[in-house]
Amino acid sequence: MMQNFVTLIRAAVFFGTVIMFGCVGETVTEKAGNLNLGVPGIMYLGGIASLSSVFIYEGSTDNPNKVVCVILALVSAFVASSLGGLIYAFLTITLRANQNVTGLTLTIFGSGVANFFGGSLNTLAGRFEQIAVPVTSAAFRTTLPFSGSLGIVGELFFSYGFMVYLAIVIAVLTHLFMNHTRRGLNLRTVGENPAAADAAGINVNLNKYLAICIGAGICGFGGVYYVMDYIKGTWANDGSIETLGWLAVALVIFTTWKSKHAIWGAYLFGILYWLYLYIPGLTRSSQEIFKMLPYVVTVVVLIVTSLRNSRDKQPPAALGLPYFREER
Amino acid sequence: MEANLNHVHDPWVRIAKRDELSFLTKLGIRIAILAVGVIVCAVIIYIITGLNPFVVYLTVVKGAFGTVRRVWATVREMMMLACIAIGLAPAFKMKFWNIGAEGQLLIGGIVSAGCMIYLPFLPGPVLLLLMFVLSAAAGALWGLVPAVFKAKWNTNETLFTLMMNYIAIQLTAFFVSKWENPKGSNTVGIINPNTRAGWFPEIAGQQFMLNVIIVLVLALLMNIYLKYTKHGYEIAVVGESWNTARYAGINVGKILVRTMLLSGAVCGIAGFLAVSGASHTISTSTAGGRGFTAIIVAWLAKFDSLTMLFISLMLAFFDSGANEIASKCGLNDYASDMIIGIILFFILAGDFFVNYRLVFRKKASSVIKDGNSGVSGKEAA
Amino acid sequence: MADAAIEFKNVTKRFGSVVANDHVSMTVNKGEILSLLGENGSGKTSLMNMLSGIYFPDEGEIFINGEPVTIRDPKDAYALKIGMVHQHFKLVDVFTAAENLIVGIDPGKKLDRKEIAGEIKDICDKYGFVIDTGKKVYDMSVSEKQTLEIVKMLYRGADILILDEPTAVLTPQESEHLFSVIKNMKKDGKTVIIITHKLHEVLSVSDRVAILRKGRYIETIKTSEADEEKLTELMVGRHVELNIERPEVENKELRLSVKNLNCVNSEGQQVLFDINFDLYGGEILGIAGISGNGQKELLEAIVGLQKTQSGASVVYYDPESDKKDDDGKSAGMEMIGLSPRMIREKGIHLSFVPEDRLGMGLVGSMGMTENMMIRDYSTASKSLLFTDKKKPRELAEEIKESLCVVTPDISTPVSRLSGGNVQKVLVGREIAAAPAVLMTAYAVRGLDINTSYTIYDLLNEQKKKGVAIIYVGEDLDVILALCDRILVLCDGHVNGILNGAEARKEEVGLLMTELKEKRREEIAE
Repeated sequence: MMQNFVTLIRAAVFFGTVIMFGCVGETVTEKAGNLNLGVPGIMYLGGIASLSSVFIYEGSTDNPNKVVCVILALVSAFVASSLGGLIYAFLTITLRANQNVTGLTLTIFGSGVANFFGGSLNTLAGRFEQIAVPVTSAAFRTTLPFSGSLGIVGELFFSYGFMVYLAIVIAVLTHLFMNHTRRGLNLRTVGENPAAADAAGINVNLNKYLAICIGAGICGFGGVYYVMDYIKGTWANDGSIETLGWLAVALVIFTTWKSKHAIWGAYLFGILYWLYLYIPGLTRSSQEIFKMLPYVVTVVVLIVTSLRNSRDKQPPAALGLPYFREER
Repeated sequence: MEANLNHVHDPWVRIAKRDELSFLTKLGIRIAILAVGVIVCAVIIYIITGLNPFVVYLTVVKGAFGTVRRVWATVREMMMLACIAIGLAPAFKMKFWNIGAEGQLLIGGIVSAGCMIYLPFLPGPVLLLLMFVLSAAAGALWGLVPAVFKAKWNTNETLFTLMMNYIAIQLTAFFVSKWENPKGSNTVGIINPNTRAGWFPEIAGQQFMLNVIIVLVLALLMNIYLKYTKHGYEIAVVGESWNTARYAGINVGKILVRTMLLSGAVCGIAGFLAVSGASHTISTSTAGGRGFTAIIVAWLAKFDSLTMLFISLMLAFFDSGANEIASKCGLNDYASDMIIGIILFFILAGDFFVNYRLVFRKKASSVIKDGNSGVSGKEAA
Repeated sequence: MADAAIEFKNVTKRFGSVVANDHVSMTVNKGEILSLLGENGSGKTSLMNMLSGIYFPDEGEIFINGEPVTIRDPKDAYALKIGMVHQHFKLVDVFTAAENLIVGIDPGKKLDRKEIAGEIKDICDKYGFVIDTGKKVYDMSVSEKQTLEIVKMLYRGADILILDEPTAVLTPQESEHLFSVIKNMKKDGKTVIIITHKLHEVLSVSDRVAILRKGRYIETIKTSEADEEKLTELMVGRHVELNIERPEVENKELRLSVKNLNCVNSEGQQVLFDINFDLYGGEILGIAGISGNGQKELLEAIVGLQKTQSGASVVYYDPESDKKDDDGKSAGMEMIGLSPRMIREKGIHLSFVPEDRLGMGLVGSMGMTENMMIRDYSTASKSLLFTDKKKPRELAEEIKESLCVVTPDISTPVSRLSGGNVQKVLVGREIAAAPAVLMTAYAVRGLDINTSYTIYDLLNEQKKKGVAIIYVGEDLDVILALCDRILVLCDGHVNGILNGAEARKEEVGLLMTELKEKRREEIAE
């Protein structure tokens, strides 16, 4: 029983970490007033960028350095994801394209790029073994040295790779940035009332560009974690990243646009997602019904927020709306 | 020194709305942008694979249209996409962001598959008709839920319909394991492989002819519905401004609900096509992301059915063609998504150049006047 | 001039072909309260927007404290210690007062809410403001929001403060308090510019008055040497020869009877108080009042777009109706409680030209033909399913012809037409419906003189046909020349109904700004 519980929590943490990155990244983006439905695509881009760069590096040397592997994976993922965000930002801000349509296109593009390279990386690199980056993956999955000696506590809290903690740190930092710094306040003003931001001397477009690109970079880490830790440094063309990406978007709603809630919300989604495995007496088909839980919960949250009309739990007021200072 | 700066007025480039362009000019701009997109793709293909991009494109053409069978596969894919886009058109025209086509399609598919499994004894036409009606009804129901909440409490429909997709996917997974055949395969397998009950009949010797007929009829009806009926008019007014709609005496909530019923129904029919007219099975990937791609199709086509057919053809062409590249050049077929993504980016960017022009800074004191304002003084005298 | 805080030299601003400010040269002295007076559209706000960095002048120069300056955006304005409180507040609803105050300032600095609250308190104490720094903007009343905006500018260190129509949304008491605060700021050496068109405010608070008329600077006079009549004359200019006819119509019949109309807006504030009036066929009833004093709600309540408090009654008497009661009047139909569609279906011939032309009266993305269908698309066509575009097309052609609408084609989206042509399409459609009652809101706003005259002629034509017309307007000259009777709205009250031929402009102006009952109450106190 206890062991079941620990396994469930651990599964939820693995799962939750992926969507926590996505959720926090998307929160940053949405706070600037842009609804980016390209999150799955961006996570794909982050995942494949880290995998390919490390794959090439590991193949090029006999003795890959773990630190270099990790840094290479994170930097390449951040850059690739930000570039994806940049495409979205340029189309929606400068070229005034529709946010929803542009985001969905980014998702198609990102999944295309990622699965294309994921499927043909070995061919392209002239190597014909299975794609795997064992050194890097091992580095990502290195747990704290004392986790093994702490029994259940260690297993519950310390038996994860560093990115689990990185996600929490980023969520906390984002929360602090949004609520306890002036730049964060400025960013939120852009998403709430761009005209007010403009009148207060804030550069609306610059803020939006930065928020989208940095937000995309954070989403990309979700892809890195998925590839390096969740599926242990391989590639799978099974569309899981896409599902996780959409759940990350849903989690943003669930957290009512507050990144601190993403920390427990993401794990809760993980628990809801894996719960079916631990409920006795479920047939395989009724398990599938149970897997609906995270989505149903999100819908309920969505309805309740619109019903309650609480002013502090609403999306940024200008979310999804374009802003152009009036033609002079 | 500061005073001199005072004469530097506008930024060096600014964006101004264009006057309405002629159809041909617009088409010209779009084709030019599309051409740039295709060229960019070619360059990218060359960089990645070192393959001659012309050879690659030729392979794409061959893959999509090389044999009669391939032509039909491309057409089938095109009809699927077009059908969903047709369903989305009324919702989008009403500015209701129905991202839930994927789910509405799956629900329609589940019902179709259910009919095939439980009612194979019905006479063919009756069964098909029943499947058609029930899958439309199921899709409509799936579209109805978010619409009711939007009408009542203005609940955000984009995210609601998105979540409805995943609920539908899980529901599909549930039925897949329920209808599993053979046991343990976790797939439904081809339903009624021998009796072919509930399969689209061949028409003129063509397996997918009925798909084409249904979608073309739907396209025609939807065009008529949106352009010539009272309902279509109401949808257009609600989409433009809820205030104007109220001024015109239109009950906005009623239109929201009614239109989403229709939108969901057509997407449900797409599910019927996918199951009964194509795969003869059901799985969680029956929709396969087409629900999302179709959103872009409907949006880019500005809700015109003919344009939707055309864009669907283009996307289906790249999709089928890429399979050919995959086998010929040893790459995988996700290349098509990448290429489609890039081309869609260019089409989206193209919209900007159709609607806006860039005004570069000119010498001081030249004022850009808009065409209409000068006239209004004269005319009323 | 050492004591000039602001100097405009030949400043010109154009919007397309419209000249908002035409070579304006004027001076604002340091430490004075200056009223910038002018009618709507005289260019007050656009002139000030050039100080606050929202607009950039096309020509001319601006000097602050004797130095030539370039103000490209609000940031530059703040650097020059200029702060403007816009008519539409630039606040974030979900932020607290304190958060709104510091938005955009020193992005690198620490966000210490306690310290900020202390700084705010100092400012408030100094000038006599009261602000709850932790209160969210969405919980604030309009006057609290305004206070917040003013404090925001002071917090940013503004020495020159511009207030755009600050009292438009305030009660008289709140206005009084605002004026005392403004005087405190003057004592502290601040320069304050108040954009207004309310004469009594000008006289009670300012040191000097600068007058703009139709984009041109007229002159600046000392308040001590001014009175309301003189200011009105300067503001309006010499009596313009407005050759607007006022044909006399015989046999006026009662068309509309409005009784006990009370109305509360979506924010819970009462916007109409006990409105009572009658409207007769063959007359134009002008509704005068400062914009936002209940005009919009009154018209929308009559057409069924605005909920009314119980007890209200709007009775319509049809000219064609055979049913006559004992007095020989036709029997009336109650309109309260009916939706716009039900009103139409009951055969009530009511036409309405709303203030928001493209947001309510017309569909901007549709052509003329489809815009003709808005009124009766569901009943005009015999088919159950299909719309009939033949008649609307004919009507569109007819209106295009008779009103000289300039459009490439009747299928061109109306949003692409110029303002005057848009209005012709809207008015043309509403008149074509052969109304018995025709209501227009700001029918000539933003239109050039020629188009305005076309509209006046159209209204008079309808009047001669026996149509009862309500004309909500903002130009008093026009109202006085055109209307048979003038109903003056003030703060949602009917503050008097005057005879159009006899009323004097000053009299109407006074009724627009001073609520009679309030005045009486004040005297009683």
